[in-house]
Amino acid sequence: MDLSALYTELILEHSQKSEHKRQLKTSTCSERGHNPSCGDDITIELLVEDGKIVDAAFTGSGCAISQASTSMMIDLIKGRSAEEAQTLANIFLGMIKREISSEAELELLEEAIAFQNVSNMPARVKCAVLAWHTLTEAMKEL
Amino acid sequence: MLSLDAIREQFPALTQKVYGKPLIYLDNAATTQTPIDVLVACREYKERFNANPHRGAHYLGVQATTLYENARDKVAKFINAASGQEVIFTKNATEALNLVAYSYGMSKISQDEEIVLCISEHHSNLVPWQMVAKAKGAKLRYLYLADDYTLSWSEVEKVITEKTALVAIAQMSNVLGTVYPLKDVIAYGHEKGAVVVVDGAQSVPHLQTDVQALDADFFAFSGHKMYGPMGIGVLYGKREHLEAMSPFLRGGEMVEYVEEQVTTFNELPYKFEAGTPNVEGAVGLAAAIDFLEKISLEDVKAYEDGLTSYALGKLQEVPYLKIYGALDAKGRGPVISFSLEGCHPHDVATIVDSDGIALRAGHHCAQPLMRYLGAPATSRISFALYNTKDEIDACVASLKGVRRWLGHGS
Repeated sequence: MDLSALYTELILEHSQKSEHKRQLKTSTCSERGHNPSCGDDITIELLVEDGKIVDAAFTGSGCAISQASTSMMIDLIKGRSAEEAQTLANIFLGMIKREISSEAELELLEEAIAFQNVSNMPARVKCAVLAWHTLTEAMKEL
Repeated sequence: MLSLDAIREQFPALTQKVYGKPLIYLDNAATTQTPIDVLVACREYKERFNANPHRGAHYLGVQATTLYENARDKVAKFINAASGQEVIFTKNATEALNLVAYSYGMSKISQDEEIVLCISEHHSNLVPWQMVAKAKGAKLRYLYLADDYTLSWSEVEKVITEKTALVAIAQMSNVLGTVYPLKDVIAYGHEKGAVVVVDGAQSVPHLQTDVQALDADFFAFSGHKMYGPMGIGVLYGKREHLEAMSPFLRGGEMVEYVEEQVTTFNELPYKFEAGTPNVEGAVGLAAAIDFLEKISLEDVKAYEDGLTSYALGKLQEVPYLKIYGALDAKGRGPVISFSLEGCHPHDVATIVDSDGIALRAGHHCAQPLMRYLGAPATSRISFALYNTKDEIDACVASLKGVRRWLGHGS
């Protein structure tokens, strides 16, 4: 097992000091996501105006993988429409399930493509996908 | 005691490599590996004696029945039950505890009575009692722990009172390793009129069990945590309680006469064993008991105490590591939970796994305890009679590298 493919500098940077780890003053919707087996527990907040995610943030605690995945996801979806965010979430989840492998699609994930290796690590899949499932749930409230 | 090499040779799983490195299995509180004697006993049963016990007057049916009942008697002797009729086979400790909650708790506990649990209970000895409390309007109360993770006598006297109908407590915590002074707690509970249910899943593989000396009303444990197969567990219950209780599951085997509208139930222990039982599992459990008794639990405990003491010392040398549990091997079992500052336990588990080391990360099915400790999750190593000091050294060395992998300087 290659740990350096998992704990990359990029992932560690996002997991340790994410600018998105804060609380929004006002939010349109929020959702708590939890992996009971390992204790990852995050809350994602979105501020949506005219169908556009103008601000997003998260709070909570968890492993390096879940924290970095959440942070990179927020990087990616801020400024996009809710529909675009949902499409990106579907691509991310498809990447982890190995259902999507087209380079062109995966490139849309930008930095979050760093989690592609997690698809080879069944014990860590839940950590990587938590934020994206939580985002999907949060956007159902819109 | 057998030599360590001779013991390890009996566990095929321990000889394998993972990621090209020798497996170091330190997750024994979750489940233990299986010795050849147990594997052979299960296989031999399936190859030569497989039949539905207690039914059919044919040769194999009699063989299967004999093996199953011999296994029951062996369990009874192993835990010093007064009779095999007080030994009920279940699928695991969880099912055994649910049996008590449904068949005893749901009928005997009334409104405004109190059920006392220890804050360190595993969910299996906690969630069923929440159900009973809610259904019956009873109150759940908790025994909290002192700063050294032990249960103080003043806490026992404060929480267990005349209102207490039932006390449910594990003999040994699966997170902290603390072994509770159950004999005294049970005697005190009885003095107050309470029935005491003991979860022995963690203690049975490490301590000599004597349910009569303990005076436990119920005692539950699992086969797979004591070198036996998964899918077999035991509920011991005092005859007077079991006889007064209604069946838990209903169907074949547990009946006497079945009319169109009514049924009378079979005698103990069959009243509580509906359906075709896990004979293969019972046979494997009996072989596991033989295996443990051949070595002797006294020697097992002495050896494991040595490992625990050694590991506690070595772990304290790891920078940024905090142990949740007593730092002295006395009064605790071979289970050590810890955290590494700045590192989530799940990352710790992944990183040491790459060195072939199996440890557990998470809340260990004890979320109320985790909240009480103020830790969302911990890492845990737990030993069995086949672990070695070399394995502990390798684990400690691997743990020392974890923080670097996660981008902390040291």
